[in-house]
Amino acid sequence: MRFVLPLAIFLGLAIMLGLGLQRDPRALPSALLEQPAPAIDRPLLEDQQQVLHLQDLRGRAWLLNVWASWCAPCRQELPVLAELSKRDAVAVYGLNYKDQPDKARALLRVAGNPYRASAIDGDGRVGMDFGIQGVPETFVIDSQGRVRYRHVGPVTAEIWRDRLLPVIRSLQ
Amino acid sequence: MKPRSIGAAFTAALLACMAMLAQAGQTARDQELLDREMALAAQLRCVVCQNQTVAESRAPMAEDMRREIRNQLEQGHSNEQVINFFEQRYGSFVRYNPPWKPSTWLLWSSPFLAALGGFVLLRRTLRQRSMPDEPLTAQQRDRARQWLDTTSKEERQ
Repeated sequence: MRFVLPLAIFLGLAIMLGLGLQRDPRALPSALLEQPAPAIDRPLLEDQQQVLHLQDLRGRAWLLNVWASWCAPCRQELPVLAELSKRDAVAVYGLNYKDQPDKARALLRVAGNPYRASAIDGDGRVGMDFGIQGVPETFVIDSQGRVRYRHVGPVTAEIWRDRLLPVIRSLQ
Repeated sequence: MKPRSIGAAFTAALLACMAMLAQAGQTARDQELLDREMALAAQLRCVVCQNQTVAESRAPMAEDMRREIRNQLEQGHSNEQVINFFEQRYGSFVRYNPPWKPSTWLLWSSPFLAALGGFVLLRRTLRQRSMPDEPLTAQQRDRARQWLDTTSKEERQ
């Protein structure tokens, strides 16, 4: 009986710390979950005369992928995203974060272009509205324009299959 | 000196004084904004390098956040408005000083709860220790005497 209490306290602490170690402290839940996605209203990389309006995308679920040509994981992510979004018929839009449009366009030509369109966020202000911590990040946005999921880091085939696609399918 | 030129000199001196005062007011305002900016930056967490404040961090994201703080202060936003701006986007995690609300009650009260538990445990242990032992029964007394006798005999041998 004397040892039951210390043992219980030790086991409780060990379990809690063990669970804490499993978690990735960088993977914060988005503060925007279930909230309307912030306005983008920035010119498109493909045609600077046009602007990306979220209202135009209402009616179906889509992905917003934050990327930049200076970000190495984005280079690996682009072809994966291009192939999988085409295979599963998912609309992907890009937010080109703090980048030079020339370099961004050049990268899309080389690495593959998964985007219907990419908005230019030269000063990173739109990224801040989305609460991004870095690039790449991917948001699932539903037909009502609300943020439903956020993935921090590059999208791989596994992430696509296990995390993003189930959320998108559940919204369709 | 003619009265007119005295008047002109006086006006010029007055204008110079006013310009200096205005400039001093400007720098005082700048200093106040800068102080507020730094105070706010010290309360916000850099979301890239999570163990640093926005004031300490040299990450580009922290620079953006400082610039945003500066812009908002210049637009006349209050300190709370600036903190709320970042909290809406990055969640409560962005605050180094979490507010007292239902989801943080446990966080804030846990050190006090732990101290309280420690005191309760300490008091119980001390009380148990200081309690007088129960008197032995006649049977226990006999057994104790037997043991004492055998050991003392062994010692004598």
